[in-house]
This record gives sequence, structure tokens and C-alpha cells, in this order.
Amino acid sequence: MLDFLSQPAGFDIGETGLLIYDASQPLWRALLVGLGNTLRVSLPALLLASLIGLLVALGRTSQSNLWRRLSTFFVDTVRNIPVLLQLLMWYFLLVEWLPESNQALQLLPGIWLSKGGLAFPWPVNDPVSSEWAWSWPAQDTFNVLGGAAVTPEYLSLALTLSIYTGAFLAEVIRGGIEAVPASLMEAAETLGATRLQQIRLVLLPQAWRTIVPAATNQYLNLIKNSSLAVAVGYPDLVSVSNTSINQTGRAVECLLVMMAIYLSLSLTTAALMNWFNARHALRGQA
Amino acid sequence: MSLPVKARSPNSPATWLASAMGMALLAWLLYKVFNWAVWHAVFQPDAAACQALAHQGACWGVIQEKARPILLGHYPYESQWRPVAVLVSYASIGVLAYLAGWQRVASRAGLAVAMVTLLIGSIVMRGGVLGLSTVPFDAWGGLPLTLWLFAFSLLASLPLAVGLALARRSKRAWVSLPATVLIEVVRGVPLVTLLFMAAFMLPMLLPQDRPVALIWRAAFALTLFSAAYLAEVVRSGLQTIPSEQSEAAAVLGLTWWQTQWRVVLPQAMRAVLPTLVGHAIGLLKDSSLVMVIGLHELTGGLSLSLGGDPIWRPFYLEAYLFVGLIYLLMCLGLSRAGRALELRWAKGLH
Repeated sequence: MLDFLSQPAGFDIGETGLLIYDASQPLWRALLVGLGNTLRVSLPALLLASLIGLLVALGRTSQSNLWRRLSTFFVDTVRNIPVLLQLLMWYFLLVEWLPESNQALQLLPGIWLSKGGLAFPWPVNDPVSSEWAWSWPAQDTFNVLGGAAVTPEYLSLALTLSIYTGAFLAEVIRGGIEAVPASLMEAAETLGATRLQQIRLVLLPQAWRTIVPAATNQYLNLIKNSSLAVAVGYPDLVSVSNTSINQTGRAVECLLVMMAIYLSLSLTTAALMNWFNARHALRGQA
Repeated sequence: MSLPVKARSPNSPATWLASAMGMALLAWLLYKVFNWAVWHAVFQPDAAACQALAHQGACWGVIQEKARPILLGHYPYESQWRPVAVLVSYASIGVLAYLAGWQRVASRAGLAVAMVTLLIGSIVMRGGVLGLSTVPFDAWGGLPLTLWLFAFSLLASLPLAVGLALARRSKRAWVSLPATVLIEVVRGVPLVTLLFMAAFMLPMLLPQDRPVALIWRAAFALTLFSAAYLAEVVRSGLQTIPSEQSEAAAVLGLTWWQTQWRVVLPQAMRAVLPTLVGHAIGLLKDSSLVMVIGLHELTGGLSLSLGGDPIWRPFYLEAYLFVGLIYLLMCLGLSRAGRALELRWAKGLH
């Protein structure tokens, strides 16, 4: 039933990340590239989302009234607009409002942003001396050349997923912090702990326990939401499977393979979370 | 709410500095937004004036120009009073429910009213009776379709979710195992894959001579998706009900079904109300995903009306903000209603 996976795929994929692929390779390689692209966008987005979540949670628990209001506004807005709409909005902004690639915007030395995407320095292996060296992108007549680049599709997806999940993570982190009774911090203070010690030894170990399971759910949602790539044409697992369905007509098989891959991603993450919980859960009662 | 750390005095230099930085950021943002959205903006549907802006100002005219296809999709022009009438009556029912107080609405009678309203709305949209012309399901679109998909899948998934939750808690493996597998598989894959399944796979399984319209297949996928998540919500509610409750019911001579229906479920649903409202909001947002299988609900209607239009296409952002605002208002309305209901129940006024 699955022998069609070893037939030549017969279609090209726009961006393949670090994997090497062309249309003559078997279909399973195409799906592997799709999975690679899913992870290539999800993992950096996970990190960025955590950072945004932490910053916004700090804002929401800030002493300053203004920062609390600003971060509440951010969370309420981002969480109540469909992630697909946000994705389409960012994608449109990137391809319509950015400068053309012949006059790219230099954000930092070596980092260029344009309608062609984001170019950044990347190590390359020199074929002559076979030594690794950094390749720095630079503006050329029509394009930014050198280094490595990610497409606007990738950028918009990574950005949307980070912001959307970040807003949810902010609430998770805030909830975890507020779940620690203030009396514990006061007790630590009485024992002479400094503020940093109170946070490091009392607040974080307990907040952690509430935050991790809920945050894992959000991370899983992020990976699943990366399937919206199909709406902007980023070749993730779903997009590649979709193309495969159109190419081979094997809808049932392709869908089952795709679902099996997502399911194993979810189950692996859930297993990791259970392992973490087992190690860090409360032992006995206080 | 603030950190459970001994409060620093609000006038400490650090707080002052943070506030000042926030103020500067806010002032800069407001200045930029005001410049773009109000000062340089064009409010008339004047394409030439909009093009001259070169993105220095907003072109709000695009909303006036495209409101109809965005809000109604490609529903036949001469019958568009029907979806408008449905929208207006749904909105007035919402206002009435708000005035009547949510505690009276969120009951079994309220659910029945919601189902009848949905049915009448669907009949008016579909036509074929009372001299109304028949409008094919594939022509439905815009905000009515978003609301229809949301209401249908939420209402249909509720009983399904209760059934799945009860089955998963069963002591008989042949009852609990299939329910567990179904719940975990549906929760483990993205909604997009379920929608693809509904679009590509279902037609092969269904009888070929009577094709089922895409919106029904999409509604099926959304219902399945909602039921799996909701089942876990209901199950967590069931776990909060102590076994004394069902034992007491058994002493009074209630059967298992009576116990669940009259004793356990009402309390369980009340316990999970906040999660339930959160789920409903998520479902409303997720209904936008049906766009990827080619339905023109609110998000898809937007792409339909601007995607192929070279004149108005550059002003997608303004239209996105308009649609985003509609979603925002609907979601905030839902969460407000949920919070009001929660407060009333917390006070014991039911």
C-alpha cells in the first residue's frame, strides 16, 4: 500500500533547508523535506515564543500600571484574532511593504531584509581549502548575495507563530507565578533570603511545576499551527503532502502518512512532558 | 495582580524609569498609528487617491468598496437580504439574551432555542421553501458561514463530547479504548489535516451519486475536532464530582443514565464553564481554517474579494484589520458573556 512512497516525486520544492532534494527523488524524500521544513520553522519559533511570553508575562506582573495595561492589550488582541488571519496579514506586510531586493534594508551589519527575504551570515565550506568560513551577504545589483537566506513565507510563519504562541505563553507563565503563595516569599524574606534568592530558590522551582505542562501544550499547538504554512505556500509537511495528493491521487495514503507523522510528534512531546513531570512533581505532601 | 514578592514602593526609581520608557514607547506608537490611520488616511473608496498614498496613509475606502463580498462571500446578489436578515436576527437574539441575563440562557431550554434558531437561519439561507429560491450550499460565504460553522460544530460536538467523555471513563475496555484512541488521534493532528480529510477522503467514502456539499464536510471535520477537545474538558469536569454524589443518587433509586443526566453532568459542566467558554472562542477562531480547503467564510471571503483585484489588492492590510476587528469583537463578546455567567453562578444565583 505504501510502495508509492518510493516512486519519484516529480515535483520541486521551493526551499529545502539543509536537505538536498530534486524532483527525481522518491516521494518519501519529499515528505522528509516537508517534515524538515516544519521543524525548521517550529523550533526557532518555539524559542522566540518563549522569549516573547516571558517578556510579556514580566510586563503583566510589572509594578508599572502602564506596562501592565500595554501587555494586557497585546495579549487580548493577539489571542482573540485567528492565527490564520494574523499569518496572512504578516505575509502581506512583508511582501508588499518591504523594499525590493535590489535595495534591501540593512538591519545589522550582515543582515539584510527585503521582499526577497532575510539574509544573514552562514558558515560555508570552501571547496579548495576545505576549511569552514563565514559567508557574509552583501547587496548586489539585483539581489542580496552570499550567506544564507530565509523566504518571506518562512519569516511570516515564524513571526506569526512566535507572537501568537507568545501571547498564550505569557498567560501560562503569569498563572504559574501567581500560583505561588505570597506567604512563601515572605517566609523566605524572614529567613534572610535576598530578593534574587527568593526568586531563584522559592518562586521559580514552584512556578516551574505549574508552567511546564501548560507550556508544553502551547508548544504542541505551535507545531500543529505550523501546518497553516499551506495558506502562504511555505512547503511544510502539509503543503508537500497536499502536492503529493494532487500528483499521485493517493489521497488516503498521503493523509494517513501525514497524520501518523504529526501524531508521533505529539506523542513524543507528550512522553517527554510526562517524564519531566514524573521527575519534578511534588513528592508526598507538605 | 503582581508578583507574589514583597511589593516595592510604587515610586521606586526602577518603577519610575519603566513607566517613563513605556510612556515614550506608547507615545511613539500612537503618533505612528495616528499618522497612518487618521492623518494621511483616505476614507472614500477612491482608488486613485489611495494609490497616491504609497502606504503613507491608510485607505479605509477599501472596506466600503468590498464590505459586501467580505461579509457575504459570493451569495447570489439579489438574495443577499436573506443572510443580512439572519445576521440581524442573530445579533438581536444575542442582545435579548444579554438583557435577559445569561444565567437563564445557559440552560437546556437555552440550548434548544439556540438549535431552533440555527435551524431557522439555515432554512432562510438555503431557501427552497416559502417561495424562496434555493441557494446552493457552495454559494454560502462570509460572516453568516463563519457563524453557521461555529454554531453548528459547537452544538453538534457538545452531546458527542459528553458521550466520548463518559465512554472514556467506562471500566469496560471495549467502550473506553475506542473513545481514548479517537480523542488522542484527533487531538494529536492539526485541524488542517482533518479538513483535508473532509475535502479529499470523505467523498470517496460517501455514496458517489449524491455528493455532500463541502460546507457540510467542513462542518463534520470541525465537529469532530471540537468534540475531541471538548471531551477532555468534560472529563476533567466529571473528575471534580465526588463519588458520594452518584452513590447518593443510586440510594434514591436513580438509574445510571438518570444519575449522569440529572446529578453528575449539570455539576460537571458548571465546574468547567470557563474552559468551555475558552474552547468556544478557540472554535470560532479555528473556523477560519476552512479557507484552506476553498470555503469563503469571513477570512476566505476577504481573499476572494481582494486576491484577484489588481486595483484594491495593495490595501489588503486595511481589510485584514477590519476583519480582525470583527473577530476580536465576537471573541471578546463571548468571553464577556462567559465571565458574567461565571460570576452569577459563583454568587449562587441560578
